[in-house]
Amino acid sequence: MTASAAPGSAPSRPSASLGARAWSVVAVPLVVTVLSVLLGALIMLFSELLVPGKKFDWGLPLAAYSALVNGAVGGPDAIVSTLVYSTPLVFGGLAVGFGFKAGLFNIGAQGQFLVGALGAVMAGVALANAPAAIAIPLAVLAGIVAGGIWGFIPGFLKAVSGAHEVVSTIMMNYIAVQLLAALVSGPLKVPRSPSPVTFDVGNAAFPIILAPNGHLGILLAVLAALFVWWLLYRTTWGFEVRSVGANRDAARYAGMRPKLITVATMTFCGALAGLAGTSVLLGVTHTMTSSFGTTVGFDSIAVALLARSNPLVIVPAALLFGGMRAGAGLMQIQAQIPVELVDVLQATILLFLVASPVLRRLLRVSGRDAGSVVTGATVSSLGSGGVAI
Amino acid sequence: MDITPLINGLDSIPGLGLVFQAIGYLVAVLPPNSSSIMAQATPLALAALCGVLCERSGVVNIGIEGTMLASAFTAWVVGVALNPMFSADPSPIFGLTIPLVLALAAAILVAVIVSALHAWLSISLRVDQIISGTIINIAAAGVTGYLDQLISKSSPAGAGEFAQFTPPAALTNLPVVGWIFAMFLDQGPIGMSVIVFIIGAQIWLFRSRWGLRTRAVGEHPRAAETVGIDVIRLRYRNVMIAGMFAGLGGAFLSIEATNSFQIGMTNGRGFIALAAMIMGRWTPIGAFASALLFATFLQLGQLINIAPPGGDLGVAMSAIPAQFFDAIPYILTIVILAGVVGRSIPPAADGQPYERESAT
Repeated sequence: MTASAAPGSAPSRPSASLGARAWSVVAVPLVVTVLSVLLGALIMLFSELLVPGKKFDWGLPLAAYSALVNGAVGGPDAIVSTLVYSTPLVFGGLAVGFGFKAGLFNIGAQGQFLVGALGAVMAGVALANAPAAIAIPLAVLAGIVAGGIWGFIPGFLKAVSGAHEVVSTIMMNYIAVQLLAALVSGPLKVPRSPSPVTFDVGNAAFPIILAPNGHLGILLAVLAALFVWWLLYRTTWGFEVRSVGANRDAARYAGMRPKLITVATMTFCGALAGLAGTSVLLGVTHTMTSSFGTTVGFDSIAVALLARSNPLVIVPAALLFGGMRAGAGLMQIQAQIPVELVDVLQATILLFLVASPVLRRLLRVSGRDAGSVVTGATVSSLGSGGVAI
Repeated sequence: MDITPLINGLDSIPGLGLVFQAIGYLVAVLPPNSSSIMAQATPLALAALCGVLCERSGVVNIGIEGTMLASAFTAWVVGVALNPMFSADPSPIFGLTIPLVLALAAAILVAVIVSALHAWLSISLRVDQIISGTIINIAAAGVTGYLDQLISKSSPAGAGEFAQFTPPAALTNLPVVGWIFAMFLDQGPIGMSVIVFIIGAQIWLFRSRWGLRTRAVGEHPRAAETVGIDVIRLRYRNVMIAGMFAGLGGAFLSIEATNSFQIGMTNGRGFIALAAMIMGRWTPIGAFASALLFATFLQLGQLINIAPPGGDLGVAMSAIPAQFFDAIPYILTIVILAGVVGRSIPPAADGQPYERESAT
């Protein structure tokens, strides 16, 4: 049962030496990262040919990468900025990863993120003048509940009628986009404002705990990761979630109720993704526009995959992708490399990761098969039992 | 016979008057817009056809969105690059030029390559097919966005676009049926070809040997293999052929519907197409009908802003936000998935990787 393996461990032969075991754990992530960085460099060199009238510069990838690293970790402000970018990715990564553990593919983190932020802004605006000690917890709670509802619907549908969560959460994502647009340009809009924008959340905004812009959400994200780890590996419910993820039928024969677990898991995932939206809204933007939050949902899937859904590994994985987002701006300014390079790097990391069976064969290290190497559990087959996609 | 009392009588039933007004409004506004509804439906129908062909052979493809985006970008870039090299005037038929034809070919080629990547990951490496599709979506958004930022620095001229065929007015002005001619003939080459592909795929899937094999592989690959069908090869072939349709749909966006590329211009169409595929119960004709229905809702959302209905209906409509119409396709899909009306059941082996017994 791979899903219940201890955090960070890869099943390797017990007789192998310590060096060989360490190599089998780090080989793939290491090679994947190096390959992605190299491929990114090649893409940058190639793309120089596309811009006419510019001298070809072999050093461009180096300049771009050093600007990227500088923007992410070069100095205290950059580090705080990385933390701020990483915060929603930790929540989002947990939202996707926890679903993976139960054998559910929560592709709806984006929608739950948006609806969570929507809940937080509605409560926040209503409580803008209340004392912070009341306004902040209530706004956070509103975000959790709103995200939870958005996760509950697909979970409930899956349990009751077998509607596959991948399709229903994709649909919920787009319904969320339209709901947000309708509310922000309708009832929540500041009257007579030229563009659709809500009021400020005022006292419900997260306090700054790390100058210049590190907000309370950073702390909450770390606590959430610890909490989810505890939940998964130290509680009965967590054991049941992992059992259902590993083998639904066996879990049922053991007296667990997979349908109930499915609904509870999706609701919990939604609440976590709702917290991601809440942290961005109360910590960073403080108001909502119709172009609120675009990439967090898919970045979260990448984070969960990279961390193999392990709640504690999700934190460094989120820091990696958050750091790339934080440094991308400086890279664009200093090396004229568009910020979209970060998406390319993310995709190549994932691509090499899922192709890791091929890498493993080349590197001659043992490991898990392709399905579980990225999710940490066996995601239920889409077609089983007349389940629809 | 005077039916005025009857109409007045029906009209006084609460709610029914609104229904009549709504029907009247739809009859008034939809036929004149049939051509633009078809244009909205074209990329959806092509992408849904891609989904049908993939899933009928047992491969879930949620990377259609990314495939379309990659093709839309390729078509535009190739058009931009080749346009200055050819100075010939566009042909009177569809405004065909050599760069446009090459752009279309390049778009389809790229779609086939992207689909081959999905096939390799999901069929050979047996990666979870949803993960593979997600990676394709992230990669396509990243690469096209990155390259578009670089290229648009030199503010390139347009890629050119296919022209619409103008059917004779004698046909389109025919009473009662004229709008049907306008719908299918007042289109560019890709828009006009959709119906041919749909009917062709329907016949192919349900009346040919290959179609039978495809469905067998999607329902019970083990049984198919025992009677000598090469499951892996058939899945590869189908996913790549399906990719061509996604490529056509992508090219439609950048060189037929518009003459430009914007970052993320597919805007979720690949996902609406999945919805159309499900609603159409995994058949090409059903998917096409669903795509038309969805396109009608999207078009209605715009029409209600431009030409709002009058009377009680207008009052009732103004209470509904325009975004509601954009959300209808997604809501409908969830309702259908949940089995509230008309359960839709996928091929039995959909999404399951196939492993030969002799392998490993």
